[in-house]
Amino acid sequence: MSVPATAPPAAPTHAQLFLHFTWAGVRGFGGVFVMGRRMLVEETRWLTPEEFIEVLGLCQFMPGPNIVNVSVVVGSRYRGWTGALAALSGILLAPSVIAVGLAAAYQRFSAVPMVAHVMGALAPAASGLVLGSAIKMAMPVLARDRVLALPVGLGVLIAAGFLHWPLVPVLLVAAPVGLAIAWARRDSATELEAQ
Amino acid sequence: MSDLSRLPSLGAQFAVLSLLAVGGTNAVAPEMHRQMVEVSHWMSDRDFAQMFAVAQAAPGPNLIVASIVGWRVAGGWGALVATLAMCAPSSIGVYVAWGLWRKVQDRPWRAWVQAGIAPVVIGLIGASGFLLAKGADENGRAMVLTAASAALIWRTKLNPLWILSGAAILGAAGLV
Repeated sequence: MSVPATAPPAAPTHAQLFLHFTWAGVRGFGGVFVMGRRMLVEETRWLTPEEFIEVLGLCQFMPGPNIVNVSVVVGSRYRGWTGALAALSGILLAPSVIAVGLAAAYQRFSAVPMVAHVMGALAPAASGLVLGSAIKMAMPVLARDRVLALPVGLGVLIAAGFLHWPLVPVLLVAAPVGLAIAWARRDSATELEAQ
Repeated sequence: MSDLSRLPSLGAQFAVLSLLAVGGTNAVAPEMHRQMVEVSHWMSDRDFAQMFAVAQAAPGPNLIVASIVGWRVAGGWGALVATLAMCAPSSIGVYVAWGLWRKVQDRPWRAWVQAGIAPVVIGLIGASGFLLAKGADENGRAMVLTAASAALIWRTKLNPLWILSGAAILGAAGLV
């Protein structure tokens, strides 16, 4: 990980790792990706926006829940394997307990119309959060190299989102294509960075 | 509900799911369904669908569906075993992978590898957003809510919690 010009704040302690990931977890309705990015990039600045995409990229190519993998990477980056454990426990413990509690409650109260109405509105809003975050992340990447980002990004979006290709074939096709275009254009990208 | 004899098999099934879950928990939901409902007969189709819906509505990583399904199969111990089995193998994997990735950090090829991977990552996130919206948006008003929520998170720095609270109020008022 290259050190950014604006260095992140002092390395977090185990307790800070645990607490910030807990707080991101319990706010993360519809998956922690949106809150996790906000916590890591905007609130604590433990990762720059570019580092976040890099870490997420690695985590998406490894098996396992993405944000859980991110917590392992961020925790280990600052405090080794014990830091990874602290961050991992943070992202898992409270949400798991809450979820089991909710499941027990839902089995009891699922017939109440209010419960169904609220759940019916939360799901569309949560899906919008994911879409909006994807657009937010896409803008700087498109600005940097449209020739690379537009066909690869759109291709993955269509294959996975609309054609319902299984994930493994999507990755096996898209990753080599993305890497090949990036390799072919590596000099122009380097010049852009140097400017 | 606590059937402790199910724990070893439950743990083994989720450990395998963990290693298959390239792209996250929702990518292995069909396989989880097959294991729990068709292979092990631990719950009905409807049970599984309900547990999955609750996991989507609850805060936290999508992985908590493992906690809920584990709880349904074997109580509190089931929740613990399924959760740990779902995250331990993949966590160890990514821990090792990150160490290897850092060792090559100063190589010039890392810049274009990163540039090549970024659009794939973003495309996948967009796709999961579309799939979630497709499952969630049962009518036109829900689609408007999705679009409004996407626009707010993209164009403003509004805390997502306010967006979700607003949606919950609209839902409670019967407007969605």
